[in-house]
Amino acid sequence: MKSITARRRHPLARYAVLFLALLLFGGGYAFLAPVGGKADASIAQGANAVDDIAEGKKIFEATCASCHGVNAEGTAMGPSLIGVGAASVDFQISTGRMPAAAPAAQMPRKAIAPVFELPLDQRKPGQPTIDTKKVAQVAAFIQSLGGGPTVPTDADVDPATGNAAKGGELFRANCIQCHNFVGSGGALTGGKHAPDLGKASAKEIYEAMITGPQAMPVFNDSVITPQEKRDMIAYILAVQNQPHPGGASLGVIGPVTEGLAAWVVGIGLLVLAAIWITAKRRQVND
Amino acid sequence: MTEHDENSAGWRSPKRVVGTPSPAESRYTLGQAEPPSPKTPVIEGVEPRDEGKGAERVVALCFLITFLAGIAFIVFYVMFQVGTIEKAQISNLALGGTLALALLALATGVTVWVRAIMPKYHLVQERHPLVSDEATRDEVGSTFLQGAAESGIPKRRLLRRTLLLAVAPLGLLPLVLLKDLGPLPGTVLRHTVWGKKTKEGKERRLIIEGTGNPIRAANFNSPGGILSVVPEGYEHDLNELAKSTLILIKFRPEELKAGTNKNWTVDGIVAYSKICTHVGCPTALYEQTTHHILCPCHQSTFDATDGARVIFGPAARPLPQLPLGLDAEGYLVAKGDFPVPPGPSFWERGDAEAEVRAKGGHA
Repeated sequence: MKSITARRRHPLARYAVLFLALLLFGGGYAFLAPVGGKADASIAQGANAVDDIAEGKKIFEATCASCHGVNAEGTAMGPSLIGVGAASVDFQISTGRMPAAAPAAQMPRKAIAPVFELPLDQRKPGQPTIDTKKVAQVAAFIQSLGGGPTVPTDADVDPATGNAAKGGELFRANCIQCHNFVGSGGALTGGKHAPDLGKASAKEIYEAMITGPQAMPVFNDSVITPQEKRDMIAYILAVQNQPHPGGASLGVIGPVTEGLAAWVVGIGLLVLAAIWITAKRRQVND
Repeated sequence: MTEHDENSAGWRSPKRVVGTPSPAESRYTLGQAEPPSPKTPVIEGVEPRDEGKGAERVVALCFLITFLAGIAFIVFYVMFQVGTIEKAQISNLALGGTLALALLALATGVTVWVRAIMPKYHLVQERHPLVSDEATRDEVGSTFLQGAAESGIPKRRLLRRTLLLAVAPLGLLPLVLLKDLGPLPGTVLRHTVWGKKTKEGKERRLIIEGTGNPIRAANFNSPGGILSVVPEGYEHDLNELAKSTLILIKFRPEELKAGTNKNWTVDGIVAYSKICTHVGCPTALYEQTTHHILCPCHQSTFDATDGARVIFGPAARPLPQLPLGLDAEGYLVAKGDFPVPPGPSFWERGDAEAEVRAKGGHA
């Protein structure tokens, strides 16, 4: 403590404090910034049986009807769900976007609502806690109302059968304007945003393309074929798993964070070095 | 030091060399041998330093680090072979890291050397006014005026005028050479290949960017869909794509408003230029809920249902709409060129919209 007191009036002390503060914030951010986890894509397919539809209607009435209307016809609070299809239901519920917590410009990805989680005694460690049966029942109910895109099978979304290089080309032509070249997302108008694809599973990506959730346009199977969609999924999953040997990806959102780091940290260090090289030593008798 | 040097030093060498102590403070100037002294000489104004043992060790440590990092660079170069992206990333990290460490330690060592071991003193550097003395300036002035009077420039009007005439073309020469910088753009910015038929004489099909497939209107049937589209036969011609790339949007027909020319749509499918009319960025951030097309560069926002009218941002004009039609096989084709030049403004563009309207067309 005494040595700090003695040195705090040192001419370089303020620069040392500035440097330490930069280091603390930079390092702290890199340490605390969320690291992309991966949701599991293996959600079992529900049979489109009559009891499923009846069961799904019950869950819908209890959970969704307050905004979407008792017959999914839509209200001032939420859009009509007639014709959106089972894929849309599966996407919205399994990414936690629905049921919504509060009305907003856009529903963010969040933890799955408790009503769609498995009871505690049926959960297995290491397995996703989503109750796939309940989700499939609601999906079957919505599908029964007016058709629409169905939930893709595991084979439909298998990234192993996709060509990541070809997918990258398609991704750059159709997706990067909103989602960024490695899927880091970006801003849209009126508080909406294109989400980060870092947590998206193969199935979610496929469902998003065929249903066009929220502001996203639709890329149906007749213009962007299922094989081309698998190519894009292979690309997105490949960039998700891309290592960053330098340690800091800086959010991979391009020149904004990279420029900020270069200007604040890089040039800050250069300024400190220049000060150190030319600083006068304080003289006792001056 | 030779005899000759020593003699000539009296008048040739400046009194003081920049960077050396002034004679007032130091008795030694460059070129003079210092008297042999076992101890550091005590000079007024100069802080004698200790032998700098501690600092010497720091500098030596820095140099040692440089040495080790240099060796490590060579070792890593051999150790981490490249070939795949992952391997190249590791190699880059190892080589860049060791090289940075080597240079940083070397610079640190040299700086510590200068700051902590070399002597330190105040230096007064004398400055003199740059202006010449009065007599010299008068002399130059009178010489100039005398020369001017003798040449007769003020009187001999013919000579003065023919001299100016003689040098005038020489001044214009560089302007003429500018023409060789390249061919003039002509009208290439006004037209795109959408207005031309293909080599087979057919109407040009719309091709999905990335897949290379033509688009059957019946397949592009999900309202809220969007595609990035390039002209058939020019899928990879970047000069052409810079002005003729399209965004193709599918609407429910009742969503389209008066600003859109419905004669140029096919079953709710509308094609707009993808090139922003502000400075030419690809504007394709499309929100299917609000039908906004947003440009990522400066946030110009266009209403896709209303002829891509500008509703926000710096763009001054809507995105031009391309006349669409169907060919015999049901594929989407261009029925003609954009009515106005696509993309940002250019010098010769004029008010192309007004010209189109004057002819009774739809801009």
